[in-house]
Amino acid sequence: MEISTALLLNAIIAGLLLGGFYAAVSVGISISFGMLDVVNIAHPGFIILGSYIAYIVNTHFGVDPIAVSLLLSPLFFLLGMALYRVYYLCFEKRGQESLRGLAFFFGILFITEVALILIFGVDYRTVKTAYADTTLRLGVVDFPLRLVVPFLVSMAMVVGIQLFLTHTFFGRAVLAVAQDQLALRLMGVNPVRIKELAFALSIATAGVAGAFLIVIQPVEPSIGREYIGLVFAVCVLGGMGSIWGTLLGAFVLGLAESFTSTFFGPSWAPAVSFGLLLFALAFRPAGLFGR
Amino acid sequence: MSNRVFAAAAFAIALAIAAASQLITNEFFFSAAYTVLLYVILATAWNILGGYTGYVNFGSAAFFAIGAYTTVALFYAFKAPLFVTIPAGTAVAGLAGLGLGYLTLRLRGVFFAIASLALAVVLFTFVVNWDFVGGARGAYVMQPAEVPFGLKRYIHLLFAIQVLLAATALVIARAIETSTFGRGLAAIRDDELAAESAGVPTLKLKIISATVSGALMGMAGTTFPYYLSYIEPSSAFSLSYAVNSIAMPLIGGMMSWMGPLIGAVLLGTVQQLVQVTISSAWNLLIVGVLLVLFVTLAPNGIMGWVEAWRQRQKNR
Repeated sequence: MEISTALLLNAIIAGLLLGGFYAAVSVGISISFGMLDVVNIAHPGFIILGSYIAYIVNTHFGVDPIAVSLLLSPLFFLLGMALYRVYYLCFEKRGQESLRGLAFFFGILFITEVALILIFGVDYRTVKTAYADTTLRLGVVDFPLRLVVPFLVSMAMVVGIQLFLTHTFFGRAVLAVAQDQLALRLMGVNPVRIKELAFALSIATAGVAGAFLIVIQPVEPSIGREYIGLVFAVCVLGGMGSIWGTLLGAFVLGLAESFTSTFFGPSWAPAVSFGLLLFALAFRPAGLFGR
Repeated sequence: MSNRVFAAAAFAIALAIAAASQLITNEFFFSAAYTVLLYVILATAWNILGGYTGYVNFGSAAFFAIGAYTTVALFYAFKAPLFVTIPAGTAVAGLAGLGLGYLTLRLRGVFFAIASLALAVVLFTFVVNWDFVGGARGAYVMQPAEVPFGLKRYIHLLFAIQVLLAATALVIARAIETSTFGRGLAAIRDDELAAESAGVPTLKLKIISATVSGALMGMAGTTFPYYLSYIEPSSAFSLSYAVNSIAMPLIGGMMSWMGPLIGAVLLGTVQQLVQVTISSAWNLLIVGVLLVLFVTLAPNGIMGWVEAWRQRQKNR
């Protein structure tokens, strides 16, 4: 097959734009799994929940889905706080997080999926936005706005989280939870409280990522599963709990998927993230950019 | 009870059930019982790695589908009969368990869990793109017209085979539980670091455990294409296998071979009833809710209650 420059350039740009979206999808896992050691496999479930909430508000009131998700992110924050409370009391406190905690989150993922199927059915849902059908062209390269807008908002969100984590007391406390909980206690900080808020932040990013998702592509309840491998692949590739690493991991995955669908066909794309994940776990578990 | 006596009893009971089922005229019984037994095998297999060793496998559906698609591939290639495809599917799934275990069991348990999910998606994509076994369109595996052993219908044969396979799985699970190997696994589950320091070859035991567990899950899938006469990737890789094989041991109790059996029979029967009377989406919701309720409120499952009750009787 002859590879033209235009095709190659388009694949690269599409991959980078997709990678920006993947960063928003996985930044929450980098916080909860990478920093707090809470293996929240239900994360994609909350992403799909975010998609459906954006969908409902968009169809009824015509509000832009991304604006909706940002406005409603406090709700996801509260949901995350409640979820962590349950998780802490039932599993972390008793030291049972490794097996039963995992099963718990798996159950939560499954319940959100089945509940959404019962309410909305398995049809694909879409949203209407002012920019969805516009594509900018620079020379031979396409910039579809339905990818560009989520990309830009996602970059703002990820950079914002990184600045927040490194420049505020709370943020540094979150980073400290990952390293030494006892030391944190001695500083007069309650690590459980810090974890609760940080976990809530991770769920809030899931809600926003859900709005991006439904802007980018039609959504049905069970596509959340495809993102489980993706979020963990990005997190592991990025070196667990480093926000810049997450960003790089997301771009690597975005490019890999874009190249796979361009040159091998889209039906192979889902295997890319999981394949990379298996590869990373087997040969480089510290991640590409791990410490 | 020694393992040999237990095995003899289990197979005798299995044969008795298979023979007695010939008196039942309701055809729905056979397909419902086939499915419940399928879950008995899956739950027992999951528990070998999950309950005994403490490693969560989210990829039960992948191993199940490996068994099912090995049958399909061998049937398409050589018209292979069931007595060939059952051991073949079991072996291939065991190899998959070995490979996955070898690659990821050196890491923390959660990585194994995530990798097992990853395996399910990678294999799903592979099967969807593999035209020889029908790809996304699915494959037809016709039930042979002649049924051996003088049975009336093919589903009766499948049911009888499934009873024997379930008995095999239970015998293996109990044998592991009572062996030195099983005690090594329990040591890993309770404190892996301490086990390693005490000289337990943890990695080796974990890999063997993953292999046996994967093989038995594959075994559960080998007869499945004949059961439906038609198989397609999304039904073979259905997430409900993964959820059920976790929920059933958790609800029954993970410490002994009896827990998954109880969980699978209870939950499997309830699901068969709900599926007929209400709908299959509701029945999945019930499994999910029960899983979360049990894991938060009754972490030792039904066998945990029984155990607590026994203790109280003793102390009285």
